[in-house]
Amino acid sequence: MSLWATIIAASLGCYGLKLAGVSLPESVLADPRVQRVAALLPVAMLSALVASGLFASGRHYTVDWHLIAGVGAGGVALWRGRSLVVVFVIAIAVTALLRAVA
Amino acid sequence: MSTSSAVSTPVAGARAPREALPERWEIVRAAAGIALYAAAFGFTFGAVATSAGLGTLQVMTLSLVLFSGASQFALVGVLAAGGPALAALSAALLLGCRNAFYGLPLTPILRPRALKRLLTAQFVIDETTAMTVAQRTPRAGRFAFWVTGLGLFTLWNLGTLAGALIGGGINTSAFGLDAAAPAIFLALLWPQLSRARGRATALGAVVVTLSLVTLAPAGVPIIAAAVVAVVAGLLPVRASRTAAGHGSEESR
Repeated sequence: MSLWATIIAASLGCYGLKLAGVSLPESVLADPRVQRVAALLPVAMLSALVASGLFASGRHYTVDWHLIAGVGAGGVALWRGRSLVVVFVIAIAVTALLRAVA
Repeated sequence: MSTSSAVSTPVAGARAPREALPERWEIVRAAAGIALYAAAFGFTFGAVATSAGLGTLQVMTLSLVLFSGASQFALVGVLAAGGPALAALSAALLLGCRNAFYGLPLTPILRPRALKRLLTAQFVIDETTAMTVAQRTPRAGRFAFWVTGLGLFTLWNLGTLAGALIGGGINTSAFGLDAAAPAIFLALLWPQLSRARGRATALGAVVVTLSLVTLAPAGVPIIAAAVVAVVAGLLPVRASRTAAGHGSEESR
């Protein structure tokens, strides 16, 4: 699949999912099991993305202490109840700072 | 995300024919904060995607049409890691599935009709859903949806464009921009970790993904984690616990 085909398929597919959500009869999406899977799907995907973002590079394992510390600092900010934008800034700043000095 | 306070004070000029929403400034303030963060995150996406080898038009197509941050970062991340296109596409679509389910609490509030449905659909994402369902009345919900959606869409795309044009040339890792996506994913995930089922799913997903890193092409380990969600979601619920319900009460 070419890069453009991937981009267009993903864009239209994701729009189609949003449109289906505001168009489908409620009964389809109201099934409690469907809802539970749907609620957990992002949890699984986001956890997988965090894990592979931190510890995988292509098909290899990797450990980048600066990145881990930066995202970890973002995690601490989350734990302290900080907002999304604060978490975002802290993670980037700590990662960049550690790379600059160490 | 700001929830409006339970008490509303009488507002001057409240007898105008179309009564102004008492909480409108509170909503606008919260939406402005979200839009500001979207500009910064959009800039990061533009820079990271351009560094990964996408053209400006391709990057902008994703931000304008796909318009869902996590899906966009997942797609570009898998491609940048050398993963197959199909894995990148699947990761984006699996993450996009949650937007379909946001339609459930949103439809009774927004009541989109005919052509407006096509426009409404594009703005159904994490932030707009959270802002809409947090309001006390459907009217405030509709106002929150559109203010948040339009503000976020505009700044996310302006940020992406700036990132693609000027950020593509910078060393994204020297500026720590590679930390942005994992940190935001962690933040989106965070509220779910307060539930046992959420924590178990997250742990299972991490184990599945990391155990497949060397065995499957990049991106595939992430998709494999979806199985964990299906298994965890279909396991029976303990009687004391209610299902993850969105049920937004109509308060009129």
